[in-house]
Amino acid sequence: METLMYQSKHRKIALGLSVVPGLGQLYNRQYVKGILFLILAASYYIVFGNLLDIGLWGLVTLGTVIGRDHSIFLLVEGILAAIVLVFGLGFYAFNLYDAYKNGQKRDLGLKINSLREQYHTLVNSGFPYLMISPGFILLVFVVIFPIIFVVLLAFTNYDLYHSPPAKLVDWVGFQNFIDLVKLDLWRKTFINVLAWTIVWTFGATTLQIALGIFLAIIVNQKDLKGKAIIRTIFILPWAVPAFVTILVFSGMFNESFGVINKTILAAFGIDAIDWMTDPFWTKVALIFIQTWLGFPFIFAMTTGVLQAIPNELYEAAIVDGATAWQKFTKITLPLVLYAVAPILITQYTFNFNNFNIIYLFNGGGPAVSGQNAGATDILISWIYRLTMTSAQYSKAAAITLLLSLVVVSVALWQFRRTKSFKEEDMM
Amino acid sequence: MSMKRQKIIRLTLSYLVILAMTVIIVYPLLWVIGSSFNPGQSLSGSKMIPDNATLAHYKELFDTSKSDYLLWYWNSLKISTLTMIFSVILVSLTAYSFSRYRFVGRQNGLMTFLILQMIPNFAALIAIYVLGLLTGLIDTHLGLILVYVGGAIPMNTWLMKGYLDTIPKELDESARIDGAGHLRIFFQIIMPLAKPIIAVIALFTFIAPFGDFILASVLLRSKEKYTLAVGLYDLVAKQFGSEFTTFAAGSVLIAVPIAILFLSFQKYFVSGLTAGGTKG
Repeated sequence: METLMYQSKHRKIALGLSVVPGLGQLYNRQYVKGILFLILAASYYIVFGNLLDIGLWGLVTLGTVIGRDHSIFLLVEGILAAIVLVFGLGFYAFNLYDAYKNGQKRDLGLKINSLREQYHTLVNSGFPYLMISPGFILLVFVVIFPIIFVVLLAFTNYDLYHSPPAKLVDWVGFQNFIDLVKLDLWRKTFINVLAWTIVWTFGATTLQIALGIFLAIIVNQKDLKGKAIIRTIFILPWAVPAFVTILVFSGMFNESFGVINKTILAAFGIDAIDWMTDPFWTKVALIFIQTWLGFPFIFAMTTGVLQAIPNELYEAAIVDGATAWQKFTKITLPLVLYAVAPILITQYTFNFNNFNIIYLFNGGGPAVSGQNAGATDILISWIYRLTMTSAQYSKAAAITLLLSLVVVSVALWQFRRTKSFKEEDMM
Repeated sequence: MSMKRQKIIRLTLSYLVILAMTVIIVYPLLWVIGSSFNPGQSLSGSKMIPDNATLAHYKELFDTSKSDYLLWYWNSLKISTLTMIFSVILVSLTAYSFSRYRFVGRQNGLMTFLILQMIPNFAALIAIYVLGLLTGLIDTHLGLILVYVGGAIPMNTWLMKGYLDTIPKELDESARIDGAGHLRIFFQIIMPLAKPIIAVIALFTFIAPFGDFILASVLLRSKEKYTLAVGLYDLVAKQFGSEFTTFAAGSVLIAVPIAILFLSFQKYFVSGLTAGGTKG
């Protein structure tokens, strides 16, 4: 029906002319905009033409001549070229759309916006884009770019034996993933590391949460004196930078001269324990340290919630004859858990990725024969080890990809539940 | 009578638990303070209360001819401060847009970044390193700051958006009717009301670079550009225990100011987190 109303073909002509950005706008008699678009397109080509050429070629071939071509640099340039290309195409699409829309306006006999009006719509509808663009561009390089790199790396054979500049890297398809499943060394290590990662995540996190909530409830008792000073002390482990504490603990747990073996255990007449060389005790030490580091956060959160619970609830419960235990399980605990639940889930994901403690305490050690990860390596520190010490870059990337699937699905599930995103459109 | 007895038992048990926890918390902290005053370099002879306490390790750290510690301290302060300033500016702009405007990508944009950031991206350290080489930002503080700021945006934007959402929209609307422009509304109406959350974000983004070890150790190559975390790790990792007392002194000098800063703003941390996280 609508097409019948068009009296001319401006929209098609403008769209056709806009194959060269700006010409369609010129045709629509928006001269300033047209010239601006022309200049933008020309400078884009001049500035990025070379990068696009080399980058896209490098992305496909990963280099052909040993010595001249550095595969990893080519890969990086290729990703940059792809990002630049996406931005360019976005602009190009907008240019086509803009020419078509304004041509359509002319076809319908409507007035085209004057320069002044164009400026106003630009400011009004463009303002949010203008505000977020610096942050967005930074994010593209800091977040998106590394992720694309890892995804691509997982499908190459980049390792110690295929390491530029002496060798070229090639695309190998799913070979890394197949190796992870098929080769005994990799499969065994992967399963062991995954098992410990799960034990670690649930063990350490649950302990710190339980301790945090427990202590918050104890300190929050009405007739307890000295709350302020106790709270300050209990917050201390959170206040001291974690890397300092972990390094200090690794000194304390040191087998030959650490204070734990020499002073504390000796005082109780217990023999020295191999904190750093026995896998079991290293794990115990790690969980202990993480509990020490992590409970204050939960403690502070829970304290905040407890102080917000209205007293009337308890008074009503007393009137109804509730015991202390009933008050606790029917009022306090549900309210606390409900309020801190979203934060609790972030604690699990945090520990799942808690690289610092594993690396700084004992470097993921002790070593275990028959696998290429240490006994306390969690997935993330194993990836670090593969990347930084054994140069198994592509395997590390493949494991990262597998790991991302888990992390992303847990995170998606978690965020879908929080209000901040649910009520997105109710403002 | 039994009520009273019950109460005494309950309180006694509570105090016992608190006492035990206090010992567990305070012991390592006192131990490291004690070590820092011990004479000699090794950890083996160190005592919590040294027989002949010495300030030698502190003096050594402050002696610029013997150690780069002051330099590292200055680097860390500089990087943290600049990261804080840039982050607060970018986060405010982004959060304001997300809270007040509708635009393409608003619905899922922020969540996408939050989730993407959770991917443990060590394999990508190579990518960041190469990117640094290509742009000439390797071994510069600017490069490190840019990475920190980028990393700080999603989470803090989310926190701040949650807070800004609680500021009534009618305020901006009436200002708009009175003829205020976008920027004016942002600077003169929203920002003053958002001061508490800005303080929280400033603190978060100031403290985070202090604790980062990985990025700094990958991007900074020369010793005089190190941050405190990298420098201190260097001090203990070279030969564990051999310079432990110096390390202890260095740790105390970091931990004390940060802990004080943290404790004095602790309330805001908690309220900021819960405001953005659960109510938002």
